[in-house]
Amino acid sequence: MSLRIVVCVKYVPDATGDRHFAEDLTTDRESVDGLLSELDEYAVEQALQIADEADSEDGAEITVLTVGPEDAKDALRKALSMGADKAVHVEDDDLHGTDALGTSHVLAKAIEKTGYDLVVCGMASTDGTMGVLPAMLAERLGVPQATLLSEVSVENGTVTGRRDGDAATEQLSAQLPAVVSVTDQSGEARYPSFKGIMAAKKKPVESLDLDDLDIDADEVGLDGAWTKVEDAAERPPRSAGTVVKDEGDGGKQLAEYLAGQKFI
Amino acid sequence: MAEVLVYVDHVDGAVRKPTLELLTLARKLGDPVAVHLGPNAEEAAKTLGEYGATRVLAADAAEFADYLVVPKVDALQAAYDAVSPAAVLVPSSAEGKEIAARLAVRIGSGIITDAVDLDASDEGPVATQSVFAAAFTTKSRVSKGTPVITVKPNSTSPETASAAGALEELSVGFGEAATGTKVTSRTPRESTGRPELTEAAIVVSGGRGVNGADNFPLIEGLADALGAAVGASRAAVDAGWYPHSHQVGQTGKTVSPQLYVATGISGAIQHRAGMQTSKTIVAINKDSEAPIFDLVDYGIVGDLFEVVPQLTEEVKTRKG
Repeated sequence: MSLRIVVCVKYVPDATGDRHFAEDLTTDRESVDGLLSELDEYAVEQALQIADEADSEDGAEITVLTVGPEDAKDALRKALSMGADKAVHVEDDDLHGTDALGTSHVLAKAIEKTGYDLVVCGMASTDGTMGVLPAMLAERLGVPQATLLSEVSVENGTVTGRRDGDAATEQLSAQLPAVVSVTDQSGEARYPSFKGIMAAKKKPVESLDLDDLDIDADEVGLDGAWTKVEDAAERPPRSAGTVVKDEGDGGKQLAEYLAGQKFI
Repeated sequence: MAEVLVYVDHVDGAVRKPTLELLTLARKLGDPVAVHLGPNAEEAAKTLGEYGATRVLAADAAEFADYLVVPKVDALQAAYDAVSPAAVLVPSSAEGKEIAARLAVRIGSGIITDAVDLDASDEGPVATQSVFAAAFTTKSRVSKGTPVITVKPNSTSPETASAAGALEELSVGFGEAATGTKVTSRTPRESTGRPELTEAAIVVSGGRGVNGADNFPLIEGLADALGAAVGASRAAVDAGWYPHSHQVGQTGKTVSPQLYVATGISGAIQHRAGMQTSKTIVAINKDSEAPIFDLVDYGIVGDLFEVVPQLTEEVKTRKG
């Protein structure tokens, strides 16, 4: 049987844009163009490389999965054009405002429905930046987590990889099925080829709603969330500082400033 | 008074600074009860007591080092069951966030990550966060279950407050999942003798303008003169000039030191996301149009290869 890989991806507001909150204090997804979270491209890339090296005779099949509004299909198309085989889009009006705990619940249900041997995630989204979803998924699915990997490989039903932690570098090993997350150090993501972009248009995108996943509307959404944003204030711009041109004593001037601020 | 669980980050019993900050913040919410996993709990308990821990629940087992994350979740959950705390606080390290995430799922509680401040309210702790590349400051609350909150390093200054720090053994039973991911080898990061990047009071970072790994000793020299940690921009890391563990920015570390010195860094959004909550920012860049100058308190438009050595010498002279 082929290796079934599910890659979880997120459609996020462009991090280089001027991001804001909507009136209900959820992320404003209207005013800034959305795209596939850059950190999830690394997940798609590693899934493609694992699939290329899959040792079973049947190879591997990559399903890319997202939870999000209609426009989130763009993220799925991008992943399909990079080379994923099919996509699953969980879309339901009741999902608006769902927090990390709720999203992990929805993703876990969708992953189980799809069927999987390996779940691959990015290290965090570029909008929420929590980085907790892979661990939550492993907890909910009841499978090992091998997370924050900068190198990953799958062989004989075992996933191994290198985790560059805060204090040490660790080599990890876990039996499939498992959840992995990969960092931006795992290897540059490929650009979709023209052929890939054309092929992606014909690849299947399955749409699921909450009913399909046996999830009640009150378990998700803004009202069902386990957390509440009560206030969001734009950070005041930093007041303009002093900028001087170096005329040969720039280093000394800077030292004078630092001494004045009691840093020296 | 309600008790607040504080997960202890330590190296062989030496408590790391972010945990002392956590204890300081925890005291706003209740009586801190520390959870120490691994060796040398007696040594740690002294420090934890000095910073306000009324009790220190300790457990040691080979599983904590031999398997990833889950054994620690089992232990923290055992502490949660034993204490029934008003909140659970965990340092915002990569591992801390994963431990907190799994605990939140298990106990059916909301989770807030990367808080930079905490305050008590009638409806439970209110967490301040800096989001969207630090463009916004939010206040959030956990609305279901016992708040699980991870707090960033440098969120407050650790303050002592003597408490009993009574050492108690925590009994932990490991579940089936605990041995799911084996740590087959571990190589501790080589100590540079410099402060930890996310904990440092001063950070000196180098970017594209440093123009090669061979020139990074110049940045290190300034850092050492100032007693600072060394950071690097993504451009410098991607070019292979400095290790990724030093990357400051959206996909690297977020730092919030008293002083941030950006050398040869243009200040793209990717980098700003990781440093713009620094208290004081200074920059050296040859391009007067570089966006980093929009953030600085003091900036020098000039060649870093001339300005940095002069600055380093001057700092050394003034420090005597």
